Amino acid sequence: MFPTTFETWWDYALWLALTVGASLLLMVSLLVIIAFLLLMDRKVWAAVQLRRGPNVVGPFGLLQSFADLLKFVLKEPVIPAGADKGVFLLAPLVTTVLALAAWAVIPVGDGIVISDLNVGILYLLAISSLGVYGILMGGWASNSKYPFLGALRSAAQMVSYEVSIGFVIITVLLLVGSLNMSAIVMSQKSGIGTSLGLPSSFLDWNWLVLFPMFVVFFISALAETNRPPFDLPEAESELVAGFMVEYSSTPYLLFMLGEYVAIVTMCALTTIMFLGGWLPPVDFWLLNWIPGPIWFLLKVTFVFFMFAMVKAMVPRYRYDQLMRLGWKVFLPLSLAMVVAVAAILHFGGLAP
Amino acid sequence: MGLTAVFFYLFAAVTVMSGLLVIVARNPVHAVLWLILAFFNAAGLFVLLGAEFLAMILVVVYVGAVAVLFLFVVMMLDVDFASLRAGFIRHASVGALVGLVLLVELIMVLTSRLIGGASIVATKAAQVPQTVPNLTNTEAIGRLLYTQYVYFFQAAGLILLVAMIGAIVLTLRHKEGVRRQSVSVQNARTPAMAVEVVKLAPGQVIVPSGERRA
Repeated sequence: MFPTTFETWWDYALWLALTVGASLLLMVSLLVIIAFLLLMDRKVWAAVQLRRGPNVVGPFGLLQSFADLLKFVLKEPVIPAGADKGVFLLAPLVTTVLALAAWAVIPVGDGIVISDLNVGILYLLAISSLGVYGILMGGWASNSKYPFLGALRSAAQMVSYEVSIGFVIITVLLLVGSLNMSAIVMSQKSGIGTSLGLPSSFLDWNWLVLFPMFVVFFISALAETNRPPFDLPEAESELVAGFMVEYSSTPYLLFMLGEYVAIVTMCALTTIMFLGGWLPPVDFWLLNWIPGPIWFLLKVTFVFFMFAMVKAMVPRYRYDQLMRLGWKVFLPLSLAMVVAVAAILHFGGLAP
Repeated sequence: MGLTAVFFYLFAAVTVMSGLLVIVARNPVHAVLWLILAFFNAAGLFVLLGAEFLAMILVVVYVGAVAVLFLFVVMMLDVDFASLRAGFIRHASVGALVGLVLLVELIMVLTSRLIGGASIVATKAAQVPQTVPNLTNTEAIGRLLYTQYVYFFQAAGLILLVAMIGAIVLTLRHKEGVRRQSVSVQNARTPAMAVEVVKLAPGQVIVPSGERRA
């Protein structure tokens, strides 16, 4: 689709137009999908608590997220007098831009990706590790106690869980033998199921062969994105709203949006690494006929549903429990798994 | 090449400018933020060189972990700017001397390359064994690191391990009287161990037994 040789200015213009168009298409569809996922989050949460959830704006409350958007945009942005103005306004922008930048390498279908980087998963790890800056900057620039405490908690939490996420990614990479996101999905076409003589199906995906890592990654993703039960940076019973206390209007909206984009990115990463990306659950003509992006979206929605259920059901961790889980449980477990998987692949002659 | 040049000048200009602002910025937190921007643009320069693995590792390690700790520490420090500025004149001569030495060294390195032909910085690097065509960057680094330089790699790992253990030994304090959570003890508690049923006559008072309960 994209021109690969650049000879005249026309090639540059075409490349620029195609890249910008593709990025805009991805971004707009992502944001619209997130608007409905946010509604789903609230509906699931409400259903668990035997409430109805948002049900006033539009049929079944479907337009609630858009009403919220309008509300935030039309409010007055308040900047505290003691705040560091530049950093204060930069922080939500950093959060949102970085969260959206991660989607440049995520393949939503066979070959449907903006940049098919050969170090795609490292890029994602790098971008998600930068997410902490928005929160740190916001908490510091607010020049207030609760935001600062929230930011400090958040920094410690995100740095801790990145370690286990890194090790989980390494186990997947050992199995796949490539850092390319599309290659990670394609390698899941064959696996446990096909070695037993079954057709290519969901039994081949990495969730089965790396089940402990799947669980570790899911929980670490919750912690990395500050989702309940690890929402200590914005624990409303202790810190009012954590690093977001002083934010209002559009800057607050950007923080909120960045957080949800990061959550959906983590859902997409789970889908790609463990749930076979855009592959249909069974290699069957009727299912193959459904386009890959639809399967991808369905899987992302499923993982997001699990995120929402966890939010609804699990009480918040205490700070020392959070650190204990990250450093004393997940780190040794994932490190041992890296060694075990490497040993099995090497001595079993299974290395790709 | 035109597009590459545009991006090179963009990244290079931002790197140099933010590097300058690191030392000029009055607020230490701002200085660290500029440093992060400089790291990030250096990663961009690596990508332009075709070293995408190094670029990503630079962002993951330096920007994602080391600089976060920098920022963490600098934010918590209560820096007194007045006393810092008071010492400026006193330390200016030492600083200028160090800067001068660095400048002379840089000039010597650069001119040796220009004049001598054989540069002192160009030491012979090991070549990647080209057994596989179209070797990617990541694989090439891996092949070199785990074959030719495996002992150096292990030595670097050992040094880091010693440094880590040293830091832990220096900072670890066992405080007396800290009540830590022990999950296994909590789970092993039964109602028989935790609850005591006492019959009281009217007006009778119980003095709790010695153990302190949280």
